[in-house]
Amino acid sequence: MTAIVVDGLRKSYGALEAVRGISFTVEEGEVFGLLGPNGAGKTTTIEILEGYRNRDGGDVTVLGIDPHGGGRKLRERVGLVLQEAAVPPMLSVTEIVELYRGYYPAPRPAAEIIELVGLTEKAGERVIKLSGGQQRRLDVALGLVGDPELIFLDEPTTGFDPSARRAAWEVVRNMRTLGKTIVLTTHYMDEAQYLADRICVIAAGKVVAQGTPETLRAGTEQLTHIRFELPDGLTVAALPLAVKVDDGTAIIETATPTRTLNELTTWAVVHGLELPNLEVTRPSLEDVYLELTRSE
Amino acid sequence: MSSTGIALRQISFEQKSFWRNPASAFFSFLFPIIFLVVFATLFKGQQVQVGPVKTTYDDYYIPALVAFGVMGACFTNISVTLSLRRDNGILKRLRGTPLPPWAFIAGVVGSSIIVSIVLALLTTGFGILVYGVHVPQHIGAAAASIGVGALAFCALGMAMTIAIPNAEAAPAIVNGVFLPIVFISGTFFPVPSSSVLAQIAEWFPVRHFIDAMFTAFDPAHQSASGFNGSDLLIMAAWGVGAVVLSVLRFRWEPRKS
Repeated sequence: MTAIVVDGLRKSYGALEAVRGISFTVEEGEVFGLLGPNGAGKTTTIEILEGYRNRDGGDVTVLGIDPHGGGRKLRERVGLVLQEAAVPPMLSVTEIVELYRGYYPAPRPAAEIIELVGLTEKAGERVIKLSGGQQRRLDVALGLVGDPELIFLDEPTTGFDPSARRAAWEVVRNMRTLGKTIVLTTHYMDEAQYLADRICVIAAGKVVAQGTPETLRAGTEQLTHIRFELPDGLTVAALPLAVKVDDGTAIIETATPTRTLNELTTWAVVHGLELPNLEVTRPSLEDVYLELTRSE
Repeated sequence: MSSTGIALRQISFEQKSFWRNPASAFFSFLFPIIFLVVFATLFKGQQVQVGPVKTTYDDYYIPALVAFGVMGACFTNISVTLSLRRDNGILKRLRGTPLPPWAFIAGVVGSSIIVSIVLALLTTGFGILVYGVHVPQHIGAAAASIGVGALAFCALGMAMTIAIPNAEAAPAIVNGVFLPIVFISGTFFPVPSSSVLAQIAEWFPVRHFIDAMFTAFDPAHQSASGFNGSDLLIMAAWGVGAVVLSVLRFRWEPRKS
């Protein structure tokens, strides 16, 4: 089953075209990463899917319903974790979770939700006393409390320290094992790589690439890098291959790393040379992402 | 869950939020009590002329202060609180849940009415016990006037948020609109109806609320029913206008910068 269909979505704010014909689909049960730099149109797209904004053009369905005017029926099935939204500060964690449970027809037990986001020890604490990371996890709890089929996570870890990010990632993984469909926006490539089954990269209001993290990486012209330090007395001209030198490190870019490496090491062994700090690196998804979203 | 159940739960949530917040509890609640003590002590024993009626200052001031307290608990409290919640995303988040907007509004309004009733009882009780004012003559009319006034000023509080660009500006804008009208409407000292100030104040609901409360308290036994129909009608008209404006223009999300 398909959870979300977006076809030719358009949205302008005055003269600014924020979204310029975006299309993608999200399958049930997958984690879908919507990735792009600030101002790429991520939040506009997700807010149209959430029902907060109306679109100017294109077709959109969320769980088979048009989110514009989707109403209560749709909101009962969808959980939202917004980018910036406070929680009433004077209530305790349990009180606010209980309040939100009351909004949904078949909510999950409060204790279970609080446990899932790792706030059990803070259950009796007032929201105002929680740290930023704990409040963010409470945001996630409120998005999950109605036992939604589909969850939107809008930049869930922006501003987190590394350990808080890891903890949040575990929460998302837990949600996935519950069988939820998750749409995640982020501008962190490693986050998308770690969490998402499929990624859609948008830049300047358009889709520039989509696929699994693996196909994205394979689909670009990024070459594998072979690096080593130039041993003393060895000149570039003496090498059997063309290299670039950067601060004493020789770099060979190649589309056929096995063959190139064989040539290089055979030559080195024949000449009785050891190549210090020899390494082979694949392009990281970060490199792919930076190339994709580089503004023309 | 039934509609009544949803509304009652929202009211209970609003009550918790209100009483646990020192700022709202102080400004909405302690403020009128402090005004009461200061002004009642200052003008103790003085006689004032209210329309055709000559009465003690305290007999005028206590019903006026009941109205003042209700306006604070409804108008000021709602406009400032909702502006803040709109700015920090609480309203946006709520809009993404299945909670119907009417239930949210019912919670806000219901909670403000509870605070209004408690304030009215405290102010009146304090006036009777400490300052020796007359027991209100027409309890039913007093309750009805508080009801109409509270609903109208709740609606005005919601409508006021439309004109507030951001939460930081809220207290200044709300008090900048409210306090001058409160003064010219004779909340702290009666303003003769022939004066220019009173003629201006006649257009606004505040003076009519004070007048409605004074008519219901009726210390000089002037009124048969305790009602002044035109006062209630004018307040209700302002309330209806505010409801229409709110339905058309109320924002759940912060204004984009």
